[in-house]
Amino acid sequence: MLRFLVRRTLQLIPTLGGLSILLFVWLQRLPGGPEYALLPDDATPEQREQMRRSLGLEEPIAVQYLTFLRRILQGDLGTSLQTGRPVLEEFLTRFPATFELSVTAMAIAVSVGLPLGYLAARRRGGVLDFAAVGGSLLGICTPVFFLAFVLKVVFSEGLGLFPSAFRLSPGLSRTELSGFVVLDGLRTGELDVVWDALLHLALPGVALASIPLAVIVRMTRASVLEVLDEDYVRTADAKGLHRSTVRTRHVMRNAMLPVVTSIGLLTGSLFAGAVLTESVFAFPGIGSFVYVATQTRDYPVLTGFILVIAAMYVLINLLVDISYSLLDPRVRAQ
Amino acid sequence: MTTTPSSQNLPGDPGTAVPAEAGGDGRTPLLGRRAAKVDRLAELMGERADDGHGAGVWRTAFRRLRRSPMAISGAVIVALFLLVALFAPLIAPYSATSQAWGNEVFPNQNVFVGPRAENWLGLDNLGRDQFSRMVVGARQTLLVGVVATLVGFCAGALLGGSAGAAAVLGGRRGAWYDNAVMRVIDMMLALPTLLLAVTVAALVGPSLTTVMLAVGIAQVPIFARLLRGAMISQGSRDYVLAARALGVRKRRIALAHILPNSLGPVIVQSTLTLATAIIDAAALSYLGLGNPDPSFPEWGTMLADAQRFLSSAPQLAVYPALAIIVTALGFTLLGEAMREALDPKLRK
Amino acid sequence: MSNGTPLLAVEELSVVFGGRGSDEVRAVDGVSFTLNEGKVTGLVGESGCGKSVTSLALMGLLPSRGVRIGGSAVMRLPEGETDLLRLPARRMRDLRGSQLAMIFQDPLSSLNPVVPIGVQVTEILRRHRRMGGSAAAKEAAVLLDRVGIPDPTRRLREYPHQLSGGMRQRALIAMAVACRPRVMIADEPTTALDVTIQAQILELLKELVTEEGTALLMITHDLGVVAGLCDDINVLYAGRAVESAPRGPLFAEPAHPYTIGLLGSVPRLDAPRGEPLTPIRGSVNDNIAWTDGCAFAPRCDRYAAECLEGPPPLVPAGDGHTHRCVDPAEEETE
Repeated sequence: MLRFLVRRTLQLIPTLGGLSILLFVWLQRLPGGPEYALLPDDATPEQREQMRRSLGLEEPIAVQYLTFLRRILQGDLGTSLQTGRPVLEEFLTRFPATFELSVTAMAIAVSVGLPLGYLAARRRGGVLDFAAVGGSLLGICTPVFFLAFVLKVVFSEGLGLFPSAFRLSPGLSRTELSGFVVLDGLRTGELDVVWDALLHLALPGVALASIPLAVIVRMTRASVLEVLDEDYVRTADAKGLHRSTVRTRHVMRNAMLPVVTSIGLLTGSLFAGAVLTESVFAFPGIGSFVYVATQTRDYPVLTGFILVIAAMYVLINLLVDISYSLLDPRVRAQ
Repeated sequence: MTTTPSSQNLPGDPGTAVPAEAGGDGRTPLLGRRAAKVDRLAELMGERADDGHGAGVWRTAFRRLRRSPMAISGAVIVALFLLVALFAPLIAPYSATSQAWGNEVFPNQNVFVGPRAENWLGLDNLGRDQFSRMVVGARQTLLVGVVATLVGFCAGALLGGSAGAAAVLGGRRGAWYDNAVMRVIDMMLALPTLLLAVTVAALVGPSLTTVMLAVGIAQVPIFARLLRGAMISQGSRDYVLAARALGVRKRRIALAHILPNSLGPVIVQSTLTLATAIIDAAALSYLGLGNPDPSFPEWGTMLADAQRFLSSAPQLAVYPALAIIVTALGFTLLGEAMREALDPKLRK
Repeated sequence: MSNGTPLLAVEELSVVFGGRGSDEVRAVDGVSFTLNEGKVTGLVGESGCGKSVTSLALMGLLPSRGVRIGGSAVMRLPEGETDLLRLPARRMRDLRGSQLAMIFQDPLSSLNPVVPIGVQVTEILRRHRRMGGSAAAKEAAVLLDRVGIPDPTRRLREYPHQLSGGMRQRALIAMAVACRPRVMIADEPTTALDVTIQAQILELLKELVTEEGTALLMITHDLGVVAGLCDDINVLYAGRAVESAPRGPLFAEPAHPYTIGLLGSVPRLDAPRGEPLTPIRGSVNDNIAWTDGCAFAPRCDRYAAECLEGPPPLVPAGDGHTHRCVDPAEEETE
């Protein structure tokens, strides 16, 4: 197991190298290039020339790439044009909010999606199956930001069940240990803070969960359908095992394998979705910040965000691979 | 199904399938009896004659599609959408851009005009006929979807197709090329499509072309992966082996044999991508990267613009939102049904 | 134990798939046979003749929707005689694995790939014999040893992909005999194995039957297996038994042309070299409904007009030998 971990981590090195080249080309060398993004559209050729030089775009590509790499490794993602502060710092202060939101959304998606997908497969062709498949198709086809707006208008402004913005109600006092509101509340025992934070997470969490939920339901359903046809499920039934044993040990354990992979892949798009949902609920996370950056074409923030997502993706995929190897002995053997 | 020649009699043709009574019509008794026996067998077996053997994959898939409610509803939605988009200028009662009723709408005072006899869906925030804008917007939305999908399809097919062909036929150097291309593709897959689109849009500046390009480029890795995978799985089939053994030129094997047989999943993906493109285009508009000219109706732009008035005039957002959802759903239903019909594993 | 009454008496078993009317498929159509203590009964026929469906029907493993099962299958249990086909699903689950066990065709696909062999053996002991963890583990090792798996404690920790084909089938047999079932069904248990392994597995099955007094229903298309193992043989064609007899009479005086055809399709060592095999024409799909006449008629060499005058009845031919042919082969002594 340890050897597997080490080998898997070593395999990351070429991936990271390739990814850095890809991002370098993507972010620095694309036609137009950063000087267009950084300058107003009516800039003179002289101004462009000067900008190119100040960005180091006149130097040999290899030198540029190494500079780019060194800056990333030092955590230097540039300076935000809106705030004038380092991009990494801006991200780090906002990270806990986005993290809590993403975890909430993923928790909703997994805890609803897995059972729903299983039941839909078990009752294939039934009403529940139809509703689950139809609902997940609808979820994929609904623009996330529109869903967020509808949730806000209906459940917050209309019914008044949930707060419509921010992470906490104004005026609520809390002991601040870190940026993680829910975690802090649990540690200090301020349960009113936890409850208030959860209420604030509910609507954006649901909006953000819509696409992962839809994908997980469909993946689980397809995967369970496939596994139900497998001979070993028939063997388990032939052994007279309890339904619950067959369901967990024999069906779900195998059906989970492809779902775990897709959960890993979904985490990346979760951050993209955060840009769309956080802005609707004025949720003070990375997403809101990036939303403003797209509006104002704050180029360093956008490229920094891409880099962060890429890093997250690599990390999450490593975690997925590890959990996969825990779930499937055949992978470990290879 | 090859026992008797007369088993080709159509089952729905009882008049000829059951001939004269055995031996009663002057033929030699033996022959008559034999003929009757054969025909009786043919008749009994004819009932099973059309169990789909010998029909091509596409034909059986199409037959299955015609019976799938998912495919039919998807096809109806898509057909309606295409009709509206194609004949938009004929359907739209008014100009989509002229602010003919501009003096009746005051967004900052919360004065909006809802549906009425002359404007079926009411007016938008600048006093334009909402129905006409929706109809004309269908055309723009279709354009965005089709162009974005074409961009993704062409670039993806080129990358994936060359990698697949190289992997199957190119030997060692081919495998190297395939490996290199797929590494890049996999890394592109790592980034959420929407974010790829955002960077493209941020670089090129906001416009409708940006949206189409951005959404299309974001789909490239998916198409590339799909086509390559299909080609590699085709490459190990016996007919490719046979063609190679016969000395058919590699280029011809790739283009005339492997490629046509690998297009199924890519075509299905195109249908699904049309849906994604329409949704992603809306998201890009919402992020302020879409068409900066609000007079030009496109559903995504309309939806993004209408968010500002959501609490006072929700209908302005609901119409384009519903249109986007329904259209995307139509393409998705059609694509999913096609995928199911083509994939023997999903059939039951 | 009394020896007179059979352990399992199957009467007029029928299984119909699909809707009503013309769409329905009669997979099994009025099949009767008995299983006796310490005896092996064979169910022989080509793929698609209904032998596997028969076994699944007896095990209660057919899907509940879209399937109609008729007839009766009375089993002698400690608490009295019970009709398996009319048992509620819960009760059937209790019987499966404990009184009624099954061995499937493909040992690799019949074992859960992500669960250690040990768990797959012990789960049946925990379920039916209410054993605790360590007792079950100990018993599992005894069972593996019993079916001839060397180094059982190590094997218990391994996964199916780490075992050889023969060993996997032995593991499956260990699970089947774990609770000393009265009736065991083996569905083509050796088809997926090498010839040498086949013989070992058959020997093992024979041993278990004679030692435990289990009644074994052997489902196979392989006449070699039948000749070596079965005491009574039922030949199935298109869902009906076309001939039933003890082993001796069946091989000595086959009456039904289909049985003769099956025997003629087997290569024989004592046949002169160069003598062609006599295969049966066509495939099992080339048949007609039993209601119209003999289903085998389209492939039969001896086919006559009488064959299509309604369903042929089951004709007794002495010594427990019955067949379903209007023009049976007489003892072919010139």
